[in-house]
Amino acid sequence: MNRAPDTEIEVERYELAETGRYRFEIERREFMRIFGVMGGGLLVLASTPAAQESGRGGQQAAANDVAAWVHIDEQGRITGYTGKTEIGQNIRTSLSQAIADELRVPLDRVSLVMADTDLVPYDQGTFGSQSTPRMAPQLARAAAAAREMLLDRAAAQWNVDRATLAVKDGQIAGQGRTAGFGEITKGQKLAGAVPAGVSPSPVAQWTLRGTARKKVDGVAFVTGRHRFTPDITRPGMLYGAVIRPDGYTGTLESMADSAARAIAGVTVVRDGAFAGVVAPTERLARKAASAVKAQWRVPADLPSSQTVYAHLKKTGTPGGGRGGASTIVGDVAAARATAARTFDASYRIPYIAHVPLEPRSAVAEWSDGKLTVWTGTQRPFGVRAELVDAFRIPEAQVRVIVPDTGSAYGGKHTGEFAVEAARLAKAAGKPVKLVWTRAEEFKFGYFRPAGVIEVKAAVDGDGRITAWEFDNWNSGPSAIQTPYDIPSRRIQFHQSESPLRQGSYRGLAATANHYAREMHMDAIARALGVDAVAFRLKHLKDERMRNVLTAAAEKIGWPKPTSSGRALGIACGTEKGSYVATAAELSRAPKGFTVERVVVAFECGAIVNPDGLNNQVEGSIVQGLGGALFEAIEFANGQLANGSMAQYRVPRFKDIPAIDIVLLDRRDLPSAGAGETPIVCVAPAIGSAARSFGTVATELPVKLV
Amino acid sequence: MPTYTVRINGRTHEIAGEPGDSLLSVLRYELDLTGSKFGCGEGACGACTVLVDNQAARSCVTRLAAVAGKAVTTIEGLSGNPNRLHPVQQAFLDAEAFQCGYCTPGMVMATVSLLRTNPAPSDADIARVMDRNVCRCGTYPRIVQAVRTAAERMKKTESLAEAHREGGRR
Repeated sequence: MNRAPDTEIEVERYELAETGRYRFEIERREFMRIFGVMGGGLLVLASTPAAQESGRGGQQAAANDVAAWVHIDEQGRITGYTGKTEIGQNIRTSLSQAIADELRVPLDRVSLVMADTDLVPYDQGTFGSQSTPRMAPQLARAAAAAREMLLDRAAAQWNVDRATLAVKDGQIAGQGRTAGFGEITKGQKLAGAVPAGVSPSPVAQWTLRGTARKKVDGVAFVTGRHRFTPDITRPGMLYGAVIRPDGYTGTLESMADSAARAIAGVTVVRDGAFAGVVAPTERLARKAASAVKAQWRVPADLPSSQTVYAHLKKTGTPGGGRGGASTIVGDVAAARATAARTFDASYRIPYIAHVPLEPRSAVAEWSDGKLTVWTGTQRPFGVRAELVDAFRIPEAQVRVIVPDTGSAYGGKHTGEFAVEAARLAKAAGKPVKLVWTRAEEFKFGYFRPAGVIEVKAAVDGDGRITAWEFDNWNSGPSAIQTPYDIPSRRIQFHQSESPLRQGSYRGLAATANHYAREMHMDAIARALGVDAVAFRLKHLKDERMRNVLTAAAEKIGWPKPTSSGRALGIACGTEKGSYVATAAELSRAPKGFTVERVVVAFECGAIVNPDGLNNQVEGSIVQGLGGALFEAIEFANGQLANGSMAQYRVPRFKDIPAIDIVLLDRRDLPSAGAGETPIVCVAPAIGSAARSFGTVATELPVKLV
Repeated sequence: MPTYTVRINGRTHEIAGEPGDSLLSVLRYELDLTGSKFGCGEGACGACTVLVDNQAARSCVTRLAAVAGKAVTTIEGLSGNPNRLHPVQQAFLDAEAFQCGYCTPGMVMATVSLLRTNPAPSDADIARVMDRNVCRCGTYPRIVQAVRTAAERMKKTESLAEAHREGGRR
């Protein structure tokens, strides 16, 4: 990248004709960077109002902010800059909608630069369903401020009353004159920060937002033209492979690499615990890697997928290292002592894999001491920090670029493959591409945590739950609280020692906690002989939850299945500010049951892109079917028993039931995240329906015993 | 190293390689045709689906020696015109039958193959044949919709062409 030295550009401090509404204590160097790349024009920075108000500045503020830029160049082209990554959730489209809407231009006038650490403001990462609730408003604020600045500028240039001008159809118009944005920004280097008072347009004024829009670069995907990380090539690029143990764990003790070194063009790298090879072709790299004879030390007495639950309970620490939730309300013991009935059960959650179709991969290139890495990650700045740590080089010497990525589902938060590629490239003195094999994906990525959840409930003579005890070992504290109105509660998360590497996953702990809670609610309703929907409503005050539950029940025809011999189940919940209820209809099958139909009622505040949202909800349901019906990692003695695509079953065409989605659009509420929550009630909806056919095991995946 | 003659997207290539080299690696690394994706390397996900003599094949487990003298079509060569989409590509675009798009080229190629042998597939036919392709984002219902749309459009085009031929004969 050619970047002009700072001294060559003097950012014009934006001066206002009439008022002093704008604040300009901005990171000048950041602006230099964009002007250096994009030429002149108008550049607006938006960061969280809280940070601006607290008066923090510079790097420290940047580390905690949600920041975004909007640039309008001298030709009037509009570009948004964000550290968020496109991983299939379609934010390249929905974030563009927010910018185009505020600037009153068609969607195709806007493009986004995403997740390039040299070009975009710092961002923590793309996770937790935060892109729409937090990034979309920031880009909208920047675009709204840019619009106002264009109007100010035009009024000053034309020497007319600003109030007579308006932005319409991508132009400044008024007093019989029109001008494109480029005419206003030509020859300028204007930079400004969004003043604290500027807000995005209210939902009532949305024109593009709230409408269904096609993926902005859809053609690149249907033609295969889009280059995902494994598709990227660099001049002189070589191919890498890492030397690995047979199983999922092991410490390198020694290795014999003479056979690999004897292959022409092969470089063998050994650096502490890391070993790998570089070769002119991918095939040769694999051949060389398998020619290295390595000795590994594998720990003895590793837990298996059978013994892991006892292990998690044995090693659990209340609270633990993840800021575990602990709630004690009322008097659980007294409620239990006077209860008419009690209901206790223990639920098991297995490890499951993300299986992103694009394997973890990276292309690394060193040039004059500067490292550039292309990689599919949800945390570009996090991966940059990993590279800085690994190679002890200044942050400014590392650039991470994330091409739009072949999915992640929470599985691409870390950057070990980027570090590995960079280490190999450093040794080879050439750019190196490293693409993990599917077996490496299973063994050396990380899993959704396994867990044990114990629930104890006490019910009084009126069929009302009076006490709720909920202990979660290891699967995480998200959504551990019950949304039901129960006077006495004891809720505790316990962090355990996990024998397998574990981390984020779509919906993560909320899926486990919803499964246990909703299965338990269903069990109580059944035992009391009351309707499962009515039983929940009796304990629910939250209108948003009541609305989704009622909507799902209505849509599936609760409580009557479509034909005799079929069964219905239902579950509801809330996570990350949105609400979901899922209902399932099952039929009997020779070996258990078949899911015939799934209905989801979902509410996430104001809807930005209805079609994109529909796609996300549908995808969540389908992914949820995997964890509900067949996904579970099996392991013993340090080996995975089903660590391949053929052995680890993910949902396929034949597994897909009829799906009905009811979207409740609450335009009076801010948009909440939506990419995860719809997954959380799939398993308990299916599990509770299956109870009509017999006894259902208190574990995932759902099965009749 | 032996050399194999393979026709790829209408052009004849002489490819030096080992007989056991995978077709996918030849496409991606030798010819820089990266539209066919590496997903699993075990023929179980369908991201690498191409046509070999008009039949869907998993290129990651197809040996170079096995395609000698045959015609291979990849997503890059599907429409035969860089400025025009094949009706199946257009149908995927119209149905927004993707999220991350990594499985899309393989899905498109599998659909083309399906419609060649069965121009009017039922939903059950679609599920049975396409079951070898995985969309991890779960856009299956939209893909089924895209296959249906493509089938209808191609049938119309076909009957128009038929009418044309009939008219020509008269």
